[in-house]
Amino acid sequence: MKKLTQIGLCAVFMTLCLNAFGQRYLTREGQIKFYSHAPMEDITAHNNKVLSIIDIEKGQVAVDMLIKAFEFEKKLMQEHFNENYLESDEFPKATFKGTFEVPEGLTEMKPGSYDVAVSGDLTIHGVTQALTENITLTVEGESISTHFVFNVKVKDHDIKIPKLVVKNIAEEIEVTADFNYKPFNR
Amino acid sequence: MKKHLKILLLLMFSAVTFAANAQDDLLDILEEEQVPVATEPIAIFKAQRLINGHTTKTRKKGELEFIIMHRFASIQGGIDELFGLDGATIKFSFEYGITDRLTLGLGRNSFEKVYDGFAKYNFLKQNETSPFEITWFSSMAVRTLDRADFTVNDFQSKVSYVHQLLVSRKVSKGLSVQIMPSYVHRNRVRSDEENDYLALGLGTRVKLDDRWSLIGEYYLGLTQEETEDYYNSLGIGVEIETGGHVFQLTFTNSRSLTENAFITETVGNWGDGDIHFGFNLSRTF
Repeated sequence: MKKLTQIGLCAVFMTLCLNAFGQRYLTREGQIKFYSHAPMEDITAHNNKVLSIIDIEKGQVAVDMLIKAFEFEKKLMQEHFNENYLESDEFPKATFKGTFEVPEGLTEMKPGSYDVAVSGDLTIHGVTQALTENITLTVEGESISTHFVFNVKVKDHDIKIPKLVVKNIAEEIEVTADFNYKPFNR
Repeated sequence: MKKHLKILLLLMFSAVTFAANAQDDLLDILEEEQVPVATEPIAIFKAQRLINGHTTKTRKKGELEFIIMHRFASIQGGIDELFGLDGATIKFSFEYGITDRLTLGLGRNSFEKVYDGFAKYNFLKQNETSPFEITWFSSMAVRTLDRADFTVNDFQSKVSYVHQLLVSRKVSKGLSVQIMPSYVHRNRVRSDEENDYLALGLGTRVKLDDRWSLIGEYYLGLTQEETEDYYNSLGIGVEIETGGHVFQLTFTNSRSLTENAFITETVGNWGDGDIHFGFNLSRTF
């Protein structure tokens, strides 16, 4: 009898563990777009292969993107972006890792919108800065999606803009993110 | 009983560790999921010219490069000629990217009044599977100035062709190298010169920082000619790049800026100090 109880307990534990897996949602095609508005010109670039994962039980989120995957209209700009500004040979990625308080109903994937305040660390160009953003997670069927906009100061991440092009590149870059997460089972 | 309890505890413990394992860092999970993008090196060369000749670089589709090249007279002229600055020759060239791999160009060099056109095709990019970048270069040049030492100066006699296989590699973040096996055909030459001329070019670019580089180019003549008037072309310089502009300050023993001439007809001798100061200014639109 005791043995049965033990096995039962173990089974409960195992289920709990497995359950933890089921609470993660991933996207491989997250979109990050940035926009620089300066007196001389406006520059946009986008990356459609941003990875992001969200754990709706623990309230964790992470984003990982390759700098070289950003595409510019002008290839020469892309070259300068990689070589001189983001130095992507040395710092190939930008990442974000954060936490949020899980609102009621999200863990159960109840359809609807949930406002959450995500705070964490944003690493660009090898420099990490704290970032807090209020975002809305929308649950629809099996997927979670979000769209948000925030600003990044070039200076905060030690990205040097030479005086010569100071009128071509904004000091603050507007970043737009679109993620559509699907269940992730590993 | 105690034994059972122990087993139970052990199982619980392993279950907890398992759970802990499952919550490993989300960034680590993404790291594993990340698919690397093509790893072409950033800019093996910044400009389509190294000193006088071409690099493997081609323009991207729709890009137009306008390049102005100046070569002054020999610095041997001394202060009287302001070290050659009084006698400048100029070449300008418009070079347009038809596709990301094919570039066409049209230029005019005031030295011997030469018009030239070229086609350049980038066959292979350097990446994980290919250690080299390979570009084919073909040009046709027409000298419109008559040469006094030729008895015939018709159109045919003024035409030359150049074909080059440009092979480059970015060895490290700061070092790019290139070799250029070259073939020059001149329709009419002096009796002590050869119509068909082979040469092997060597080039390099060494980055000093984000914007400054050292550049060098050498063409070794492989075809033996009776004449001893000519030397191998050697150029060294400094390259400065600022958003869309590439500025190259050069010292070379060649006066001409067209392949057919600087590969085969360089008269300056570095040993005698017969060298020319010059610069290339390139702007990409």
